[in-house]
Amino acid sequence: MINTKNWDWGIQNKVLADIAEIKSRYQDVHEFVVSPDGEKIAAPVVLEDDTFTACVNNDQWPDTFEKLWYLRFSPGNKLTALVMSDDEWTLAVDGRVYEENYEYAWDVRFSENGESISMLYKRDNLYGVALNGKPWANGFVAIRDYCLSPDGKRTAATVQVKTLDEADVFGFFAGAWSVAVDGKVWPEKFINAWKPAFSKDGSLVAAEIRTDICEYSVAVNGKSWEKKYGSVWDPVFRPGNGSVIAAVKEGSNWFLAENGSRIWGRNYNQIWLPKLSPDGKRIAAVASPEFGKWTIAVDDRPWAKLFDDMVLAPVFSPDGKRVAAIVKENNHWSIAVDGKTWPESYDMIWDPVFSPCGKNVVAKAEKNGRYAVVLNGKNIGTNYDALWPPIFSPDGDKILLRYIADGKYYREVRPLN
Amino acid sequence: MKLIDSPESKVVDPGLDETIKKLTPEKIKRVVDHVLTKENAGRLQMYIDTCVHCGLCAEACHTYLSRDKDPNFSPVAKVKNTLWELVKQKGDVSPEFIRQAARIAFTECGACRRCSMYCPFGIDIAYLIMIVRRICSLLGVVPQYLQDTTNSHAATSNQMWVHQDEWIDTLQWQEEEAGFEIPGVRIPLEKEGADVMYSVIAPEPKILAQLLGNMAMIMKVAGIDWTMPATDGWDNSNMAMYSGDFEIMGRVERLHWETAARLKVKKIVMGECGHAFRGAVYDGPKWLGWKFPPIPMVHAIEFYYDLIKSGRIKIKEKYKEPVTIQDPCNTVRGRGLGDKLRYVVNELCEDFTDVSPNQEHNYCCMAGGGTINCGPPWKKSRMISNRVKAEQLAATGAKIVITPCHNCHSGIEDIIGYYNLGMHVKFINEILVETMERPE
Ligand code: SF4
Ligand code: SF4
Repeated sequence: MINTKNWDWGIQNKVLADIAEIKSRYQDVHEFVVSPDGEKIAAPVVLEDDTFTACVNNDQWPDTFEKLWYLRFSPGNKLTALVMSDDEWTLAVDGRVYEENYEYAWDVRFSENGESISMLYKRDNLYGVALNGKPWANGFVAIRDYCLSPDGKRTAATVQVKTLDEADVFGFFAGAWSVAVDGKVWPEKFINAWKPAFSKDGSLVAAEIRTDICEYSVAVNGKSWEKKYGSVWDPVFRPGNGSVIAAVKEGSNWFLAENGSRIWGRNYNQIWLPKLSPDGKRIAAVASPEFGKWTIAVDDRPWAKLFDDMVLAPVFSPDGKRVAAIVKENNHWSIAVDGKTWPESYDMIWDPVFSPCGKNVVAKAEKNGRYAVVLNGKNIGTNYDALWPPIFSPDGDKILLRYIADGKYYREVRPLN
Repeated sequence: MKLIDSPESKVVDPGLDETIKKLTPEKIKRVVDHVLTKENAGRLQMYIDTCVHCGLCAEACHTYLSRDKDPNFSPVAKVKNTLWELVKQKGDVSPEFIRQAARIAFTECGACRRCSMYCPFGIDIAYLIMIVRRICSLLGVVPQYLQDTTNSHAATSNQMWVHQDEWIDTLQWQEEEAGFEIPGVRIPLEKEGADVMYSVIAPEPKILAQLLGNMAMIMKVAGIDWTMPATDGWDNSNMAMYSGDFEIMGRVERLHWETAARLKVKKIVMGECGHAFRGAVYDGPKWLGWKFPPIPMVHAIEFYYDLIKSGRIKIKEKYKEPVTIQDPCNTVRGRGLGDKLRYVVNELCEDFTDVSPNQEHNYCCMAGGGTINCGPPWKKSRMISNRVKAEQLAATGAKIVITPCHNCHSGIEDIIGYYNLGMHVKFINEILVETMERPE
């Protein structure tokens, strides 16, 4: 969770950058990003000599690079970018580059608390994860899905643990994939391993595994659930007790299982992305109760309202009482909260954000190429050239808006009433 | 049950030869029973009950026509020698029979669906053949190279074992290359909220990278707000669909759609590939539970058609060499894009001669349907099955075959070589960048 307490929550609307002026200054300006606290706007920029740097508000980083991309702010408002110099890649944080360089580096992520930064790297033809600039002690022949523990102290990735010759289907089915945690690989090998996930305290890692042509399960710290399934999606830890919940398929039915035992009785045509309430007591998941119809199921009860096109991952309110999700019907996007869809639909909509008390839900939305802030289904700020997702103040009484209008970048704190 | 003795039955493929050694009668029976009764009961029974064995489908199949009407290559015989026997014997068949079924289903039928247009009852032979493939896949009996492609999908979410860094690096390199041709060209990676996510199949970054640079130029000239993912989920292809591993097929498709949803794009434009269109628009969504793609998906043929028709791209000077086209089964027979393809080709090329038969009646190139992915051991058999295709292409007198599909592209390249046709194959993308008006 981002700590927003120290941000400037005084009611105001300030201009922090002149976008048109920034654009006039450089040969090219790529996509803008803004800091979570709204105080900075930045973009990768191309200089006259074709080198790159980052422009932040009215300044720019002192160093230039052969390439710079994936400019992102951390939850703690640090500005990071993947940069290349002398054909080697590394990460720059607020303009300072890490000491370690790599043949390639990519997929930068931040821990939930904003303290840690990780990325994948390739060096000497081996792959691994670098955490806060330090690469793993061991590299692997291939790497794929990875994650950070919530406290940012540990990393885990699915890795290929033995080299396979071209078209070695027998070696593949003997098991060539596993999970490495902080660079140490589980002794167990699987046909495939996907989507590792840490427990809240970082002591356990769960992953989807495949143990035969059509046999799937979940492994926790290397040990497979005894029960095997026809398919499996998205293992996730229940906060508090370290047990794992995943969507599983038996015959043609999907349902949720916990530690290998069925916990939802209803059969679904499809189910994925189970999410737990913060106290770990409630579960919501994207579900298809019948072919071609999608909704959110909360504690095994699907919302009455079903959607034809798409439903994205459920989001719990901080008190765990409410659930919201992005929904799509007739090629229009909207938000549904506790099964009720907002009256208007949009060309695009971003994740719903609950206020700390859970009463209000806000989202960024797009219509006809313009952006709007939508609070509980009503537009409260419209017609921006660009907009970043709104953020509630810690007391939930105010809202931070970060947007571009009339060629200027604004940071606005607005009272809700 | 007598097995067919033919040159094809002697082809060595460890994916079939070694794997059948591990089969037991119980395992075969269990898998056959599961697939026939749990996965397919209704539609399968209807087709079995409906077929009157009239053989009208035979004349539709290029493998039958190319092999001097060898009855074993008629569509109905392919089903008779595989699925009907499995149904009749209730799965009591030998491992050698499974090998034969795998050979026929994977290497002698391209799942092109031409025959179902000629069947008076519209029986979908390709669907029946896919049931055989599903059984073989669950038994682990799949041609080695096709299985390897599916394994790549399973491990990497793309079909050619492309590492994540190779993918991004290739896009950055192609952006640079395209920038030499048209200044300011970009391949905007991970641009959340762009209108379009462009997705391709793995041979593009692996062996045909210039197609990516070409598309970057097309997007720039047309002024499209687009992006490509820098994560897995960029590959829209799906050979797991054709090897019968539907769980892996679903996994790959889910990631593709979720990547588009994550990037907040309004639609996906996909490159010139036919089977990938089928996987992303029909088979993938259906297995996952969608009636139709959750986000609109536009095939490159339609995309180019819209760009030219709307004037977003203007043609400076038409391509001069005589051209013909290949109608890919999955986008022309499957989706009806034949007229749009002809519009695009006529706009781009001065000298176009159509194939005969054409549009939805066109002959399959025998590369799609997973057939070309069965690899070198089966190439000769594939080439023999392609004789009518070679004759059809030669009759056009064209020098260039425009093939808006990766499988057709590779398959027709093989045909041109094997039958010495003296032609070349090109994607629309390649002719479009050559002929379009560029900014001064
Ligand atoms: S290759 Fe095509 S025409 Fe021949 S049997 Fe298969 S689906 Fe039918
Ligand atoms: S044309 Fe139709 S009915 Fe006749 S043999 Fe072929 S599949 Fe059967």
